[in-house]
Amino acid sequence: MPGKLKVKIVAGRHLPVMDRASDLTDAFVEVKFGNTTFKTDVYLKSLNPQWNSEWFKFEVDDEDLQDEPLQITVLDHDTYSANDAIGKVYIDIDPLLYSEAATVISGWFPIYDTIHGIRGEINVVVKVDLFNDLNRFRQSSCGVKFFCTTSIPKCYRAVIIHGFVEELVVNEDPEYQWIDRIRTPRASNEARQRLISLMSGELQRKIGLKVLEMRGNAVVGYLQCFDLEGESGLVVRAIGTACTLDKLSSPAAFLPACNSPSKEMKESPLVHPPSHGCRSTHNSPIHTATGSRLTQNFSVSVPTLIYTGMGSGSAGKEGGPFKALLRQQTQSALEQREFPFFTLTAFPPGFLVHVGGVVSARSVKLLDRIHNPDEPETRDAWWAEIRQEIKSHAKALGCHAVVGYSESTSICEEVCILSASGTAAVLNPRFLQDGTVEGCLEQRLEENLPTRCGFCHIPYDELNMPFPAHLTYCYNCRKQKVPDVLFTTIDLPTDATVIGKGCLIQARLCRLKKKAQAEANATAISNLLPFMEYEVHTQLMNKLKLKGMNALFGLRIQITVGENMLMGLASATGVYLAALPTPGGIQIAGKTPNDGSYEQHISHMQKKINDTIAKNKELYEISPPEISEEIIGSPIPEPRQRSRLLRSQSESSDEVTELDLSHGKKDAFVLEIDDTDAMEDVHSLLTDVPPPSGFYSCNTEIMPGINNWTSEIQMFTSVRVIRLSSLNLTNQALNKNFNDLCENLLKSLYFKLRSMIPCCLCHVNFTVSLPEDELIQVTVTAVAITFDKNQALQTTKTHVEKSLQRASTDNEELLQFPLELCSDSLSSHPLPPAKEHLESASSNSGIPAAQRATSVDYSSFADRCSSWIELIKLKAQTIRRGSIKTTVTVEKASPVGDGNFRNRSAPPCANSTVGVVKMTPLSFIPGAKITKYLGIINMFFIRETTSLREEGGVSGFLHAFIAEVFAMVRAHVAALGGNAVVSYIMKQCVFMENPNKNQAQCLINVSGDAVVFVRESDLEVVSTQQPTANCQSSCTEGEVTT
Amino acid sequence: MTSELDIFVGNTTLIDEDVYRLWLDGYSVTDAVALRVRSGILEQTGATAAVLQSDTMDHYRTFHMLERLLHAPPKLLHQLIFQIPPSRQALLIERYYAFDEAFVREVLGKKLSKGTKKDLDDISTKTGITLKSCRRQFDNFKRVFKVVEEMRGSLVDNIQQHFLLSDRLARDYAAIVFFANNRFETGKKKLQYLSFGDFAFCAELMIQNWTLGAVGEAPTVPDSQMDDMDMDLDKEFLQDLKELKVLVADKDLLDLHKSLVCTALRGKLGVFSEMEANFKNLSRGLVNVAAKLTHNKDVRDLFVDLVEKFVEPCRSDHWPLSDVRFFLNQYSASVHSLDGFRHQTLWDRYMGTLRGCLLRLYHD
Repeated sequence: MPGKLKVKIVAGRHLPVMDRASDLTDAFVEVKFGNTTFKTDVYLKSLNPQWNSEWFKFEVDDEDLQDEPLQITVLDHDTYSANDAIGKVYIDIDPLLYSEAATVISGWFPIYDTIHGIRGEINVVVKVDLFNDLNRFRQSSCGVKFFCTTSIPKCYRAVIIHGFVEELVVNEDPEYQWIDRIRTPRASNEARQRLISLMSGELQRKIGLKVLEMRGNAVVGYLQCFDLEGESGLVVRAIGTACTLDKLSSPAAFLPACNSPSKEMKESPLVHPPSHGCRSTHNSPIHTATGSRLTQNFSVSVPTLIYTGMGSGSAGKEGGPFKALLRQQTQSALEQREFPFFTLTAFPPGFLVHVGGVVSARSVKLLDRIHNPDEPETRDAWWAEIRQEIKSHAKALGCHAVVGYSESTSICEEVCILSASGTAAVLNPRFLQDGTVEGCLEQRLEENLPTRCGFCHIPYDELNMPFPAHLTYCYNCRKQKVPDVLFTTIDLPTDATVIGKGCLIQARLCRLKKKAQAEANATAISNLLPFMEYEVHTQLMNKLKLKGMNALFGLRIQITVGENMLMGLASATGVYLAALPTPGGIQIAGKTPNDGSYEQHISHMQKKINDTIAKNKELYEISPPEISEEIIGSPIPEPRQRSRLLRSQSESSDEVTELDLSHGKKDAFVLEIDDTDAMEDVHSLLTDVPPPSGFYSCNTEIMPGINNWTSEIQMFTSVRVIRLSSLNLTNQALNKNFNDLCENLLKSLYFKLRSMIPCCLCHVNFTVSLPEDELIQVTVTAVAITFDKNQALQTTKTHVEKSLQRASTDNEELLQFPLELCSDSLSSHPLPPAKEHLESASSNSGIPAAQRATSVDYSSFADRCSSWIELIKLKAQTIRRGSIKTTVTVEKASPVGDGNFRNRSAPPCANSTVGVVKMTPLSFIPGAKITKYLGIINMFFIRETTSLREEGGVSGFLHAFIAEVFAMVRAHVAALGGNAVVSYIMKQCVFMENPNKNQAQCLINVSGDAVVFVRESDLEVVSTQQPTANCQSSCTEGEVTT
Repeated sequence: MTSELDIFVGNTTLIDEDVYRLWLDGYSVTDAVALRVRSGILEQTGATAAVLQSDTMDHYRTFHMLERLLHAPPKLLHQLIFQIPPSRQALLIERYYAFDEAFVREVLGKKLSKGTKKDLDDISTKTGITLKSCRRQFDNFKRVFKVVEEMRGSLVDNIQQHFLLSDRLARDYAAIVFFANNRFETGKKKLQYLSFGDFAFCAELMIQNWTLGAVGEAPTVPDSQMDDMDMDLDKEFLQDLKELKVLVADKDLLDLHKSLVCTALRGKLGVFSEMEANFKNLSRGLVNVAAKLTHNKDVRDLFVDLVEKFVEPCRSDHWPLSDVRFFLNQYSASVHSLDGFRHQTLWDRYMGTLRGCLLRLYHD
């Protein structure tokens, strides 16, 4: 049963003039929840009414509390005609339903109208009294906490990570109902906003029920999306990771000594016996989706791709039997689950044992216009199918779980591409079950699990690899095999060792497609998809090598479908993992070697590429201490010769395993240029301009190699739409346009944020959509964070010292491996004798380094790709190389450097009447400590205009709307008593225009976690006081005024 | 490939001071981009012209949206749409309400109504300030005037409270409002040598001494009192000033006054003989100015009269400023020794302010 919702309307301000005669407004307020409505008195003739109403009380089921939003409508009283609506405020009261979150919602909310935007503000107080009876969780799932953050939230401890939860609900889209023909755009927009709000509430409640069934108490990495399927309906779907979380309540957490989140995370999650914070008596089946059913009569499943960093591992010496045991356990823990997926991208230390590589699946579906209520679960079935595929891909990689998992759709007319991707991984079972069984095992695990480089070691069997791959011994521990490149969708693990800094790497691709209908269209798309995936992958690989790096994190590939084209955009953060081999260079091969001028041209290109690689290495400070006769730009072997050499190369590696080290070190990636297409590709490689000095960018949480963040952050959203000239569009022209669009966008960002230098753009999130035939829309959300250059120097120094120490201990451990020992000592202080030794080792293999190359032959590409599997194989061949190990360990930046911020805090924003609310797509705030999570923010807005020109054209319209969305998010957070939104994401920004009619419409969906944070500098001052109280007083002080 | 839409929205609104200045100065986006290119920003940052264009457009759009709020600065502080640090808010407001010396000299003392707006074109041509900027400045004057016109209490305080301006700028606006309200003539050719600062100085003195608010009787004045305390000159005071006429009308009094001044200044003044010769003229001028202030027309011509009747004669005799000061001090003080003169307080209220004004007005 029930709860009592209490609402008080205090005052309004800055209301618009509704009565032209008096230049004033007679405002009153309707408060609606469910089917109950209350009204305030009319406050005559004022733009700043003081209603000071009584408490309006709603007695409701907690089920309704979860589903329904509180709806507040401000109206202008009119004696003679209908009252005019000024605008509305929807308040999600979910945060009031958790015991630890907010207790009251109180503050100024912007009054929003879908036609006019924000029109003044209203001060509202909302409270909920929940009756605490035993049947509390019967229909509802009150008490289950939701987090958008894709890691364990900072002030919690994961007792158990249960696993994947998903749900979707469908309904008719009000915009497409018959009634829409006769109602106003405002009414239609409001119906849509309300419906999505209701569906979100329902979805969240249902997910909550599933979590309770799994005996969890929270959902982490909650990602909710909606699909506008046009006439076939509206789908709201969500995925997340169910967990049992424990609040870290120790006062020690507030002491300055523990102020770094990473430190906090290091507390072993199993120090205390696990306890289930939640009781569950619920046993009823999940409600089925309501509303109109969507059906499908056509579907194409696209052969999918497994990107990996190849390799095998269990052959490793001591690790072997142990790993098998581990795998068995994980398997048993995970096999109970239908889908062993985790939406998390960052994990408690030790959780991630091995990473296999990226797994992804796509499927092209036709949305059907025909209602078929007898087949309600079509969407569920579609997703189940895709998830099954992902699961089997992971299995093929010897992994039992998929981490960093996400799902997305792209819809154009009746065609829908469903995509899912994640990173196949082997997990440590102790987080997945009740942990009581395995006391002793745990001990051993902790002793033996390789730290730092463990996750790089391949999870599958070397002898039974899913595809040909090139493996070397780990450059860190030398015991296990590692692949030569690693692609993942997760964040860089905190304990990973990287060299230098990382950078944003993007692959961009367009493909024209004939306009077609229904099945023909879907078939055409399905046929194009594999080629796109392949090319995107090749581009990523080339760019990664051009940067001199060997691993990608946070990989996100978005395929967008339009009327006459497909767009692919892959973003990831490249890094140099110390455990993986040094990537070889890129070589260019010409098809006609006898043509002198052509060769000259080729060698010129080669030089350019080599220069770029060298420049990038310098730029990103990638300097693995290696002995090197590294010749990147060596002559290209002739094809015939090449194949022969390939064979001999493998022979040599078979013969002398120790030589793995030097073997393949100079392997280069060969691009064969035989037609203009390939030429274009090479050119496009070189057109990516590095960010101006002082700027870095990445799409992961933080930049590898930077660990001294200062407290200044600037979150932003930038949107660009370009119109293509429709004449004779070719793939090349399209690619160039798209590439320019993205590059120019980035350049603009760098220019705009130049005052923040030195700074890093983190969590750069590109979204592409094709709203119309010739329009391309790119939306970017990211956060710029400043860092301190001087302190960077200091910290690297200490890191070097640390690594020196580590190197020496490594030496003692690894005495039985002479070669490894020698390279270890090399890395810390390169000595000439060692160099000789290695050189001799490499000469032993008897193969000139530069000739160890494989190639992609572009000309014969199409012929050879008779099947997709071949494609994969081909690709696998193209990405093998090896190099020398390094031991310099630059510890991955903890988000907040220990003590680096002590003396630097933002100047206090005194005298401000509006409390500052920070927004960031990251899960943390630099220089600050999150003390409380207040609940999830999930908001959906529609804005429409019929006077586009008057509002400053499309740019003016969208600029104002996005600013308004930010304002509404901030107001809700402030009303909850928070001062920041973390893990903020703009999940959808659908923009449609009709300039001829002077109209435009935009839909925006955003979400994030409302939090209270305290500056670390403040913490030190008031460490004895109650930080939460302290903060709340400081942030409420501004809001409740005038 | 054409850019249809191009926007950047930060959680904290980015304000580029240079672009803001260009916007305030009324340059079009194209002109602003050209000016920025000329400033060498492309070389410094390695950006392209397209980037600059996009950036400028974006800032202009933001400023355009902010302008509505800048019209009522307290709204800027309370609004929720743009998150701007307080220091930046202050900068935005201060710069928006800042004005050009050349412009303010053109409109100072003129009626701030639509009629004058037609003249903005001429002012723009004359001063070289863009029409857009002229309009902004004029609208600012008008807006401030409208808001504080009906208000009671200190003019400067009212302006500061409703427009959140710095003390300095609020005082300037008080002067502008005061001049506009009393329609003081400042545009005559012989007044051209005076700067806005000169007038503002005088305005402040007059507000402090010659208005209703100045006498401190304000709080007790019933509501029926329609005069604005700081904006209108004290009518009663102006009426009373007629009484001063006796100083020049009564021949004995005038002679006595002259002899007192001359005795005191003999040997101390470089221009003593000129002073002695001109005393009666000067005194007549100053007293007549006072006596005429009952008529609105003459109030308007106050500065013209002061320059004509006092500044110019002294200047033509090459009085140094120090001598003017000596003279005025003595001239005011000596009246206290005139036994037959009964309006000492009135004289001090008049002459104290006038002396300050004259000293400020006396320069080349």
